[in-house]
Amino acid sequence: MGNKQTTFTKEQLEAYQDCTYFTRKEILRLHGRYRELAPHLVPLDYTNNPDIRVPPSLIVTMPELKENPFRDRIVETFSEDGQGNMSFNDFVDMFSALCETSPRELKTIYAFKIYDFNRDSFICKEDLQKTLNKLTKGELTPEEVALVCDKAIEEADLDADSKLSFADFENMISKAPDFLSNFHIRI
Amino acid sequence: MARSVNFDLSQPDVEIGLESPADEDVVHDSFSRLIEEQSENNRLSAIELQDLQQDLDEEGRDSLAGLSGPAYRGWRLGSDETEEDDNERQTDRLLQDKLSSATLRILSSMPSRTIGRSRGAIISQYYNKTMQLRRRRQSRPAIKDFSRSARPSIRGYGVEVDTTDSAESKKERLVNNLQILSVGDRERMLRAMPLNLSEKKELRSLTLKKTKTHSSSKLTCCSRLKFYIIIALRHSWYSLLSFLHSLQLWQTRLKKISGRFGSGVLSYFLFLKYLLFFNVFLLLVTGAFLVLPQALYPPKLHAMRRSFTGLELLTGAGYFSDTLMYYGYYSNDTLQRNRENCIEGNISSSASPQCDSNYPSYNMPLAYFFTIGMAFFITCIILVYSMSKSFGQSFRIDKSHAMLAMKAFCSWDFKVIKKNPVKLMSENICTQLKELLAEVNHRKFKNTLKQKLHKLLVHGLAWTICIAATTGCLVGIYYFSDYMHEQERLHDVSKGRLLKEASLLALPVLVSFINLVLPGLFNLVADMENYNSPSIRTYVALSRNLMLKVSVLGILCYHWLSRVPAESDCPSSKDQDPTCECWESFVGQELYRFLIIDFIFTLLDTLFGELLWRLFSDKVLRRKRRPGFDIAKNVLHLIYGQTLAWLGVLFTPLLPAVQILKLLLLFYIKTSSVMMNCQAPRRPYRVSQMTTIFITLLCFPSFLGASVCVTYTMWSIKPSGSCGPFRGNESMFKAGKNWMDKLEKENPHLSLLARAHTYLVENPFFLFVGAGIFLIVIYFQSQVVDGQRKIITLLQEQIENEGEDKKFLISKLQSIHEKKRTPARRLTSQDSG
Repeated sequence: MGNKQTTFTKEQLEAYQDCTYFTRKEILRLHGRYRELAPHLVPLDYTNNPDIRVPPSLIVTMPELKENPFRDRIVETFSEDGQGNMSFNDFVDMFSALCETSPRELKTIYAFKIYDFNRDSFICKEDLQKTLNKLTKGELTPEEVALVCDKAIEEADLDADSKLSFADFENMISKAPDFLSNFHIRI
Repeated sequence: MARSVNFDLSQPDVEIGLESPADEDVVHDSFSRLIEEQSENNRLSAIELQDLQQDLDEEGRDSLAGLSGPAYRGWRLGSDETEEDDNERQTDRLLQDKLSSATLRILSSMPSRTIGRSRGAIISQYYNKTMQLRRRRQSRPAIKDFSRSARPSIRGYGVEVDTTDSAESKKERLVNNLQILSVGDRERMLRAMPLNLSEKKELRSLTLKKTKTHSSSKLTCCSRLKFYIIIALRHSWYSLLSFLHSLQLWQTRLKKISGRFGSGVLSYFLFLKYLLFFNVFLLLVTGAFLVLPQALYPPKLHAMRRSFTGLELLTGAGYFSDTLMYYGYYSNDTLQRNRENCIEGNISSSASPQCDSNYPSYNMPLAYFFTIGMAFFITCIILVYSMSKSFGQSFRIDKSHAMLAMKAFCSWDFKVIKKNPVKLMSENICTQLKELLAEVNHRKFKNTLKQKLHKLLVHGLAWTICIAATTGCLVGIYYFSDYMHEQERLHDVSKGRLLKEASLLALPVLVSFINLVLPGLFNLVADMENYNSPSIRTYVALSRNLMLKVSVLGILCYHWLSRVPAESDCPSSKDQDPTCECWESFVGQELYRFLIIDFIFTLLDTLFGELLWRLFSDKVLRRKRRPGFDIAKNVLHLIYGQTLAWLGVLFTPLLPAVQILKLLLLFYIKTSSVMMNCQAPRRPYRVSQMTTIFITLLCFPSFLGASVCVTYTMWSIKPSGSCGPFRGNESMFKAGKNWMDKLEKENPHLSLLARAHTYLVENPFFLFVGAGIFLIVIYFQSQVVDGQRKIITLLQEQIENEGEDKKFLISKLQSIHEKKRTPARRLTSQDSG
């Protein structure tokens, strides 16, 4: 097929296959989707690894992310510069971590990073408040939100520093059987 | 690690540099090294320090002051009261005051706050993981791979030395380890690393480069051949994976469904796909070993072969009754090229010499017996494996207390991508959070005695209605099936043949009708009962439905396996009445009819229940809400259909093909109907728990029941005397025994096998011992689970205590700073205390 020969070399495709949970066809399909976002920016030929980054404002227009309340955080977490400008590597990385066959540990790590809004590697009360507001789109009153945050941190915080460290978060997630099936984006 | 901690207080307060945390590539895995680093380099975690600095500036805010955790209360118990109180008061007081920046600096660089964040920490973490994996796989590094050092025995032999290497050498050691791992392990490690894809690719290329340099230097020709074979296998495996992925059935459709309805409704369709693969497997097995050989050597046809009328598609009788579809068609002798010379009526009689010719022979009865046995055995293994995997994912040893936190973090379904369902989902989550909050905050108000009695009465009434309805239907089915069976055996010539065959459809229609109407009744009753918790309501409705289906299937099995064979022992009759001659074919036809009618009724239910109801509610009632998709009811219906298919494989080897067609059509019809007519379920649906329940139901009542029936048929029921592969034997199982005897006669060396067969398989004692061993193993495993639960509580307590220790140390640290810096301030704080 003409596409396969000009988009990636065989070695590149093998590297992608080894490092992500995608097969060759899916990677090519992903490249098509990536290119759709910014056709004038993204070249068809990736054999010499061009350093192109698509800005976050274009990435969140994807139908898979458009209605997701955490889309900005997801894009920021997986982008290398932390601002949301995603190269193709970051793009593939994002969908690979969120795919069906991705293991629980990996998803937990990235979920923690996504919910950690201020990036201090702790989920503090403010992070949780922002999460809740995004989840309920302002349906809960501020008092209810504060109450939920307090109770949630009290429940999950094991070492009693009133924030959730990664260990607390992981422990809580391991008790939630629905996490794996919910934290999954189909591409 | 006997380094002294350097609390150097003479360092001036450092400017807060706005560094991005992603730039840190310092490896943090030892506390002492950290402290030294801190005092040497003054590298800060900028953002955290900024936050804490803000806290310092604002009055009365301290992130560590919230000592309301349960651990705090636990700390109170079991220690000296007076001294404890004093310490606590001091801790409190100190923490109320603002922490100095030196303390903050040390806090922010503690290992727990950096591991998992910086790249170097991830690399060292994965280096440790690969070491563990290597130790497990027993592939220790060869000494010659290491650089020369004075003590080669210690290096890399499982001793976790706290090295002071830089990040680069840690990376190199990781690459070394990766290279030594097997290809599968390496890929799994690489994929699971939470690093950037570009870094992963770099690691991979370094690893491969090393592999290449190693391999080119020391490969003998055998190893090179092995290397090439492995490469070729990898290529073929990748291409197979790509092929399978391109075959991914229905990807776009499933994505659309999950985008609009979420994981709950999706699980129904995934379950359907799962059942489809079972049937494909069954079809392949029976097709390859039974249908194909028999198709190549068709037996002599009966004199009267009926012509094809359209009714056969529904009843399965008539034209189809003498075809490959049913048991009766299969011959009971050994199929050979020269068939005319080799027709034996009895297997146990000595074979005529012409049968032992060089042509390949195919012992049909044995093949039939073993094929069905193997198919069931492999299905059992696959089912148990997927059940245990699903169980492992959804069962949690610990009772979950963290309901609110779980709801906040795990309830958003990332698959839903359409605007309206997203809005619906956030409303749902909001409602659930409010309910949980109400539950957590206020005590559940106790019902008065009158209310309790009232509730009890309502529940009792509901159950009575359900059980009465079920029993009534069962009794009806019992007598009706008896009546219909009598009617057929009467050979009433006055009725036309066509009408007689159509009357065969009466029983399936009745049963399907009951299966359709009664669950609706159960749902109404459950609505009337007004349960508090939606999950209990789901479970109750599920159990009632299950009770109905299990009892219906039980009655039918009794009818087919006890009544029909017993009453089929009639003297040789002239006309080709299927009941009299071949009860197995009759039962096969019955099952075919049941499947087809069941499918038709499902179509009708979809039409009326979903399409017409939606039109009705839109146009007449003018409600915005569309009907919901009842996942549990539909999945249970699928399980029921699959049980019928499993029951029927013995009697109708081509039944899996019918089931496959049925499932395919059902998929397309249901997806279209759901997309057009339904909306996402309003009640929360726990996907993984319900999926586990459904797979368990598929395994236990459904498959186990089917295999028990099939085993009973093979063991105890006398096969009909004039048709099928087992005619003339006392039971189907005897075919295997006869073959054993024949084998022993021909080959005296195999007498051991035959004797083993006699003593082991036929002796019930063996089964008892086997069952006993199973029970003992299960008991041990449950004890292990109990022990693990206890350990989990112990560890949790330990973590809480560690948290307390940490707080204590920090407060002591702070007190030292305070003493050194502002003696005056300390005096005032002591005064006010």
